[in-house]
Parts: sequence; structure tokens; C-alpha cells
Amino acid sequence: MMRLPKFTWRAPETVAEVAKILHEEGPEAKVVAGGTDLYPNMKWRVETPKTVVSLRKVEGLTGIDWRDDGSLRIGPGQTLRSLERDERIAAELPGLHTAMKSISTPLLRNMGTIGGNLCLDTRCNYYNQSYEWRRSIDFCMKCKGDTCWVAPSSPVCWAVNSSDGVPMMVALGATLRFTSADGEREVTADDLYAGEDGRAWMTRRPDEVMTDIVIPAQNGARTVYQKLRRRGTFDFPVLGVAARIVMNGAVQSVDLIIGAVGPVPVRAGKAEELLLGSTLSDETIEQAAALAQKSATPLDNTDFAFPWRRQMVPVFVKRALLEARGQV
Amino acid sequence: MASDREFNLIGKSPLRVDGMAKCAGQTKFADDLSMPRMLFAKLHRSPVAHAKIVGIDTSKAEAMPGVVAVLTGKSMPIPFGILPVSQDEHVLAFDKVRFIGDPVAAVAAVDEGTAYEAMLAIEVTYEELPVVLNAEQALANEAPAIHDYGDDGNVHKRVSMQFGDVEQAFEDSDEIFTDITLFGSNTHLAMEQHASLGHVAADGRVTIHSSTQTPHYLHKAACKVLELPPSRVRIIATPNGGGFGGKSDPFNHEIVVAKLSQVTNRPVKISLTREEVFQCHRGRHTVLMKSRMGMTKDGKITGIHFQSLLDGGSYGSFGVATTYYTGALQTVTYEVPTYRFDGVRAFTNKAPSGPKRGHGTPQPRFAIEVQLDKAAEKLGIDPAELRLRMIQPPESVTANWLYVNSIGLAECIEKVVEGSGWKERFGKLPRGHGLGLACSSYISGAGLPIYWNAMPHSGVQLKVDRGGGVAVFCGETEIGQGSDTVLATCVAEVLGLELLDVRVCAGDTDLTPVDLGSYSSRVTLMMGNAAIQAAERAREIIGKHAAKRMGIPGNRVVFAGNRVFDAEDPERGMSFSEAVQIAEAEQGTIGTVGSYSPPPNPGRYRGSGVGPTATYSYTAAVVEIFADEETGMIEVDKVWIAHDIGRALNRNLVIGQVEGGVYMGLGEALMEDMAYREKRRGVLKHPSMLEYKSITTHEMPEVITTLVEHPDPRGPFGAKEVGQGPLLPMMPAVANALHDALGVRVDQVPIHPDLVMKALKAKDKRAGPKKFPDLLITDTQRVKTQAEGGDGTAPRSPKEKAVQS
Ligand SMILES: Cc1cc2nc3c(=O)[nH]c(=O)nc-3n(C[C@H](O)[C@H](O)[C@H](O)COP(=O)(O)OP(=O)(O)OC[C@H]3O[C@@H](n4cnc5c(N)ncnc54)[C@H](O)[C@@H]3O)c2cc1C
Ligand code: SF4
Repeated sequence: MMRLPKFTWRAPETVAEVAKILHEEGPEAKVVAGGTDLYPNMKWRVETPKTVVSLRKVEGLTGIDWRDDGSLRIGPGQTLRSLERDERIAAELPGLHTAMKSISTPLLRNMGTIGGNLCLDTRCNYYNQSYEWRRSIDFCMKCKGDTCWVAPSSPVCWAVNSSDGVPMMVALGATLRFTSADGEREVTADDLYAGEDGRAWMTRRPDEVMTDIVIPAQNGARTVYQKLRRRGTFDFPVLGVAARIVMNGAVQSVDLIIGAVGPVPVRAGKAEELLLGSTLSDETIEQAAALAQKSATPLDNTDFAFPWRRQMVPVFVKRALLEARGQV
Repeated sequence: MASDREFNLIGKSPLRVDGMAKCAGQTKFADDLSMPRMLFAKLHRSPVAHAKIVGIDTSKAEAMPGVVAVLTGKSMPIPFGILPVSQDEHVLAFDKVRFIGDPVAAVAAVDEGTAYEAMLAIEVTYEELPVVLNAEQALANEAPAIHDYGDDGNVHKRVSMQFGDVEQAFEDSDEIFTDITLFGSNTHLAMEQHASLGHVAADGRVTIHSSTQTPHYLHKAACKVLELPPSRVRIIATPNGGGFGGKSDPFNHEIVVAKLSQVTNRPVKISLTREEVFQCHRGRHTVLMKSRMGMTKDGKITGIHFQSLLDGGSYGSFGVATTYYTGALQTVTYEVPTYRFDGVRAFTNKAPSGPKRGHGTPQPRFAIEVQLDKAAEKLGIDPAELRLRMIQPPESVTANWLYVNSIGLAECIEKVVEGSGWKERFGKLPRGHGLGLACSSYISGAGLPIYWNAMPHSGVQLKVDRGGGVAVFCGETEIGQGSDTVLATCVAEVLGLELLDVRVCAGDTDLTPVDLGSYSSRVTLMMGNAAIQAAERAREIIGKHAAKRMGIPGNRVVFAGNRVFDAEDPERGMSFSEAVQIAEAEQGTIGTVGSYSPPPNPGRYRGSGVGPTATYSYTAAVVEIFADEETGMIEVDKVWIAHDIGRALNRNLVIGQVEGGVYMGLGEALMEDMAYREKRRGVLKHPSMLEYKSITTHEMPEVITTLVEHPDPRGPFGAKEVGQGPLLPMMPAVANALHDALGVRVDQVPIHPDLVMKALKAKDKRAGPKKFPDLLITDTQRVKTQAEGGDGTAPRSPKEKAVQS
């Protein structure tokens, strides 16, 4: 079987201690929450931290707290299962509920956390492979190699942000709070996933630990998530459409985010413009879907034929918008 | 005869004999085994697909703390392989490597992590050779030859045979249908990854515990390579966590652990990673096929000319047999009066293809059943009706000289037609929804063994204890299919015992008589017949003495309910153990044997050894799907399947096999894809359980199984096979249902959604291969059919005659 490489295990109890270890050890240290992403990567030897810092015992990293102003604070250590099962989330943030429920399998959702999900490493089927496999292709740019085999002339890596949570958090306008030895900082999801390279897709620094996820009050916004994958369980998204729409007769505001088509989620800006002020008629939806397709250029590094994935963008955007239209 | 009496166990569903242990976690699979001082092995595998080995430097690995031994290929120069005609594998390659994953060196170390690091430290220098990555390329390019044997260049095997005048039959046809279809490769995906443990006793005798389906063939290969007499090597087949054909070749790692244990004098275990299991492969060959079928307008086949091109991957494996199998069984379902088959298996620099559930027959079955669906449409005949009109008669000989004993196919079709509401619903469901029908047939064990010999295919030995327990010894191997239970059931039924009174000892070459192994759906039929014979002999002995004691004639003795008694006065009798004690006192220790060989087959031409069996099973299935017109994705809503089982020995086990076949077949139809990256040196695209997609419980539809039971006199209590046949109709049934749903044809599996979209856009509403290459056949073996007055032999070709004289 595949074995983990050797590493030092640390299990601090406060956020300050975590920040201190990350500061001292530098990029050779990694935090681990559920480990459902980090450990497989370590077995493949694509990540080989010298020190693994467990967040399990760290105080203050959990909680699903609804505040009086209608905003919601989620601790990053909350399991995906606990979010999926939260009744108020299901009622008020159906898009988030759907996204959480769609992640992998129940077993994995019992282990995996939302913090890990939002910091999920980007994926590529030239990268999520064993050391021996990658040696056969002379490795690739994201780990140990020089070339991106998906786009050999590309100076950047096109590994895919395959989190279901990420596009939804962007659509919801969430804010993430981090702590490092330098102190605390806050960043919107939109700004966090702003890298243009599958090796540096997040503006999070390696010495920062996520402490809070804050979702602003939605004030009746409709939220939906549509996921494309091969099977009804287990599989990562190969396309995810997250939408947040405020309707008041006509569309007052809209966030239309396409996930799993590149290193960061993509905002379908042109489609948003078209939808704004519309009544979500069939015709507008068709047009918006066609526009959205232009924002997404999936490549050949996930399941399915990639031209087909591109073909599916308008289909899933349409489905998301129709679902939103049907929501009350 | 056994079949006309009331049964105690047969046909019911007692718990399987290994069930509780498996549920309780007590079953020891190969990877659960551990011995004092045990070492762990790892194989260094080639990172390149085709190369000469220039040098191997193991010094760094040897110097690492914890490393006990490093082996390279020169220490085991003798080749091996499953078929006598393809002894083309070396335990560790020393001259050249032929695919990414070919083992080159082995390490034994104190733990698996150390072995892994040492394995990585081995440095091999290669001189790379051009790579051949598909069969068409291989056929077109003689050089570089991957092997220095075979028919020519990279053609491993080329066969051509004709039965009757096919061209004349085409002339006489109202329609000729020509179709080119492609069946993509897929692999077994057994839950258990292969593992083996080798150790050497103080007396020098070697034991290999292994997750193998064929301990007897592994025994032969290991003895050959290790240069030891069979009496010094013992193979113990551990219960397999699924096999499906993936553990029926002898493998490098199984012999490596034995050699390493000889070298280190310590037990050595290896457990493969999932990626290595993908590299072991021996799964479904990619087969490109061209079928020409002549038909009369009332729907009778006049002749078929079937051609197949198989991508064999890097080694022979069972491939010669697979090649013949892609041509053999087309004739046993429907009447095919004239038939021609041409087949080529090519070597490529990919993981070796081999036998997977259905062994070489799912591919042609897909081609034929889809072709029939098209023919039915063209002729304006309902697809079920068309098939019913042309079913092969029972007790008949096919054009290619296969003997069909009993055939329950018509009843199977009727059952699924009725169950699915076919007549009211086919062609009439709302767009996107569709029904598809397909049929199939499979052998109940190959008529011939892997290596030519005249001995039985299965042997069973019984030891009867005076306490009333019976131990039954047989070389069969439990791979999850329930063979231990079938063995115990046959014995217990004959002797009137409960399953728990029978102790099964299986798959151990030192202790059990040879059974050829768990492949070709042979175990229930062959082992079952052997077990019945052994048990009946024991009953004979015990019954004789019991009758004497009771003072009644022998034919009045009944064995039932753990008692031996008088049929006319059931009160009069004794317990089974008392009866055994009487017999033992009279004539000494009681033990019996039984054995079985399949009946001879009428065909006597070259290649006639592939296809015959004691009796064929038959299956018909209807699949209901929803195909999403916007995405091309297919959901299977329901499956109706009827299987001609002869007689179900254990009903739950049989239904489990049917459902398992449906499950596996749907995966092959919809997504399973052993894909390679041709532009990246031929690496496997996704050797993991996450990215190699097979269906999950989410995708598994409701399955309505009907068992058609007309006991076949050749089967044990009338039973036929069920392990493989029910898989076969799934792929064509899904493709046919897709046509009913959206009016498109995808003549290719897996039916990925992009193919459906492509077909929807295409003018001819079809996606699939368009061309079939020239197989370069120069010599066709011509055999007269029975109708033509043939005798099953082929007159020698002029070429052969020339060689002889
Ligand atoms: C078979 C399989 C299927 C999957 N399917 C899906 C899917 O469908 N959709 C999907 O979205 N995901 C999927 N995943 C990915 C993953 O399991 C989930 O995203 C999960 O939520 C990750 O959480 P974790 O706590 O296990 O992360 P970990 O593995 O513990 O961490 C993941 C990464 O996040 C970092 N991290 C974790 N917590 C913090 C923190 N508080 N601050 C800073 N960095 C942090 C870690 O350092 C690491 O780099 C799948 C994984 C597997 C193995
Ligand atoms: S996108 Fe290119 S560089 Fe990035 S992981 Fe894949 S192959 Fe490597």
C-alpha cells in the first residue's frame, strides 16, 4: 500500500501557537484539519511537509454562529457534514447546503472541514498521481518539473480549483479571517482566490491560518449551486456553478461564479450584466448562459473530454438560473 | 437421479460458509498475513514504455539501513506465462522493458516504507525504443518488434477460419449489414489489491500464500522459474477479495517473494498499490470489430463474417485464447448457418490485456447485439421478436462445431419482455427515455485445460470423520463468488448434512487435489460434479453398511437431516455419525475421491479448443435508461434480466452473481475506461479508484432478476454457470436503449457523454469508429459445417501439406 513519508507531528492548542510554529518552520510546515486532501497528497509525494500542524485541538476554530444582523460566522474546523446538516443553512442558504452535500461521500464529509475545503490544493490529473507515475512523465511544473503538460507552452500551471465550497463562498460574498505571527487580516473570497497560477491561486501566505469564515446577511437572496461530475457521489466537480440573486420583481443584484474550470473560480461578468434588471425570462437565461461560456476555458486535466466540459458550461448556468428563478 | 428428488439445501439460500467470518473480519486475506521476522518487498518498475536495459545500479538501495536484499532479473532468467505458447514474461526484466510498470528490480526491507525508499533509489539506465500504443499502429509497423516471437512483427496471433460458404450466403441474402464497432479496454477493479507472502521452511521447501485465482497454474510457473520440483513448492490461495480474471495469470510479485525469501531466509510479503494493480491489468482487450451479417427479410441470419483486432498490450497472457474467444461464441445463441472469423492480436507497449469476466466475448457480443438492433429496425421486426425467430435449437451443433446442449434463451427473452412491458413501451416512451434489449451466452467452464493433458479438470477428496463431520478437499479457490459454499452444499446435499457439518479445505497445492482454478465459469459445474461423485461414493459405502445393519435393501436407505434411515419406515435408522462408525468398523477409515472432465467436443480443427463447454448459460436483459439530451449523460433506471441457470444451487449466490454482472456491465457501458496518455509516453491516464470511474451504489439501478431453471443433465444437480454470462448483455442493451431514447447510435463503449452529443449532432446520428484496417489474412482454415457433411476437421491447407512433405 502507499505509505506517508516521515514528518514531525505538532498538535498545538491555540491559534497563536499555530501561528508561531508556521512562522518558525516556514513553508516546510503545513496545517492539517481533516487531512482528506493533505494526506493523499503526501502519499503521492506532491506535498512533503517536514512538520504537520494539527488544528484539531486548537480552540476557537469551530462554531456555526448566526449573528443578530443575519450574518453567519463559521469556524473553519467545522466538518462539511455539520454544515450540510445545519437546518438554518439549509433553509436560508440553500446554495451552500447543496454545495456541502455534494462534496465526495458521507465518510469524507465526516472528516473533511470547511477550512480545508476552502484551502484545497488545486488538482490536475498530471499532478494528483504517485511519485513513480510523475517520474514517468518527467514531472510537471507544479511539482519538481519544468513543463506544464496540459499546456506545454504555458508559463503558468492550470491545475483546477476543485472545491465546491469556493465558488459558493465567492458568490455569497464571504470574508475570510487569517492569523499569522504578524497579526490578523481579513480578505473577501473574491480577493482571496485571485492568483492566476495553479501553484499560487490563493493570496493566502503559507504562514497564515484561517480562523473565521463570515457570510454576510443574505436578506432574502436566492442561492443555488449546480455541480457537474461523473457520478452521484465521490467525485470532485469538473464544473460548478454558484449563483446568488436578489430578486425584487427584477434582478437587483447577481453573482454568477463558475468553479472547477481553472485555478480560480471565474466570475461570469458579462452574463451578470445582462441579468441585472432582467426578470430572468427564458430568453435572457439562454443569452446569459451563452455569455457565461465565454468566461470558462477548461483544459484537458480532469475527468471527461474537455471540449465537452466547455459545452456543458451554458447548460449548467442555465440550470442554475432556472433553479434560482424557481426559488422563493 | 439427483434432480428428481426433494432437496434439503439445493435451490435455497443458506448463509454462505465463509459469510460470518467475512462479516466479522476474521477472514485472512493475503495482506492480513504476517509471520515472525517478515520482510516487505517492493518492485522497481519501468518508468518508460519501451526500452533496452543498459544498466542497473542497485548500490544505493543496498546501502540503505534496513534493506536486506535487492534482486535483479538475471537471478531468474527462465521465462513464464499462463499459456504454454506464450512463455514471454520474466519475473524481473533484464534485457528490455515493454510497458510503464514492467518490474525490473525487487527490494526486501524491514518495513514497507524502507522498501519503498530503497526501490526509488535503484537506478536503471535505458536506451529508449520507439513506442507502439495501439493495435492499428502495431499492425502497420513491424518494427520495433516488442517481442521476438509471434506471427509477424507486432502481430502476436493471427487467425482465420471459415465454416461453410459465407460469400455465397451473402449473395443469397436480402440484406447485408456491415458495422464497425469499438470496445474500449477496462479493468477488473477488484476491491482487494494483490498481495503475496513467500517463506522457506528449514527443510528448504517454499510456500507462497497469494491472492490468486489459479494456484495450480501459479504452482507450475513458480516451479519452473525457481527450478524446484513441484513437491518442494506449495501454493496456498488465500480467499480473494474479488478476482474477475485479474488474478488468474501467474504474476511477477508472487514469484519474487518466494525468491526473496530464499535469498534472505526470512518470510517476505508484498502488497501492491492500486496503481500497481492497474499495471498488472490483464483486463479487457480493446477490440475494434467489423461484422458483416447477411439476413433474409423475414429475419434469419444467413451468414456472418466477423473480424476483430485486439490490443494485447505488452505480454501474451491468455491472449491467444482471448483472440479465439472474440470469434467463438457468436454462433451459440442464434442460428448462424455459415460463419467466418478473422482475428489479430497485436502487441503494444501498454499493460498486458488478458481475461476479464466474459473473456473476449463481451466485445463481439456488443457488436452483434447492436447490429441485430439495427437489423430489426431496418427489417421492421421487433428486436425481441427477431431474436426469438432465430434461436439456436437444443442438442445441436453450430457452424463452427460447438455442441449446444440445453438452451433456455427463448424463455429468458419472454421473461424480460413481459417484465419490462416491452411490447407496450418499446419505441413509445417520451423522448430521452428508452428501452434496450440484448442477449448473450457463456461457457460453463472451458472444454480444454490451459496446458494439454488428459487428466481431470477438477478433483475432490472427502474425509469422513466418525464424529459425523466431513472434510472436503479441492483445489478450487474462493474469490468471493461462493465456491466454498457450493462445494459444501454439494457434499452436504448428497450426505443429508447441514453446511456446518462440512469443513472445506481449498486452494492448497500440497493438501488439495487439482482443480484448475476459478476462471472460465468452470468451478460450479466441474467441481460440483466431482464433489457429487465423491459424496455419492461415500454415501454408497456408508449406506451399504447401514442397510445391512437395518436389514433392508440398499436402495431403501435415505440420507437426510443428519440421519441415515429406511425410506419406508423413517423412524427406523440412525444418526449419520453412527452410520459412519458402523462403516468404519466394518471396512476401515472412510475417504473417497471424485473427479470431472468435460465431455469431448466435436470440433477438431485448429482453434476448436476455444469455445466448447459442457453446457452454455443464456441471458436476456432489458435496460431502461434516461439519456439527457442537453448533456449526453445516461442514467440507468431499471434492469430486467433473466438467466438460464439450469438450476440454482444457492439462490442468493446466483442472484448476487447476476446483480454483480449487471453492475460491472453497466460500468463498462457507461464509464470504465483503461485510458493511456499516448502523448506522454503511454502512461496510464488515471490509475486510481477515484479517477478510473466505475459506477457506485448511486448509479446502480433496481434489478429484477428471473432465474430460468431447466436442469441441464450435464450440470451438478442441473446447474450452469452464472459468474460471467449476465454481464454480457448490459453494454449492448444500454447502447440499444440509447437509440430508443434519442434516436442515436453510439457504436462504442464506454458511451461517454461527449459521444452522445457528437452523435446527436452528426448527420447519420451515429458516433463510433468508421474504419477497419486490413488484417492481412493470407491463409484461411476452411471447415465444412455439419450441414455440408463435414466431420469437424479442416482439410490441411496447401501450405501445411508442403511443410509436412
Ligand atoms: C475521494 C475524494 C473526493 C473528494 N471530493 C470532493 C468534492 O467533491 N468536492 C470538494 O470540494 N472536495 C472534495 N474532496 C477534497 C476534500 O476532501 C475536501 O475539500 C475537504 O473539505 C478538505 O478538508 P480537510 O479538513 O480534510 O482538509 P485538509 O486535508 O486537512 O487540508 C487541506 C488543505 O487546507 C489547508 N488547511 C486546512 N485547514 C486550514 C486552516 N484553518 N487554515 C489554513 N489552511 C488550512 C491544509 O494545510 C491543506 O493544504 C475530496 C477528497 C477526496 C479524497
Ligand atoms: S496544469 Fe500543468 S503544471 Fe499544473 S499540475 Fe497540471 S500539468 Fe502540472
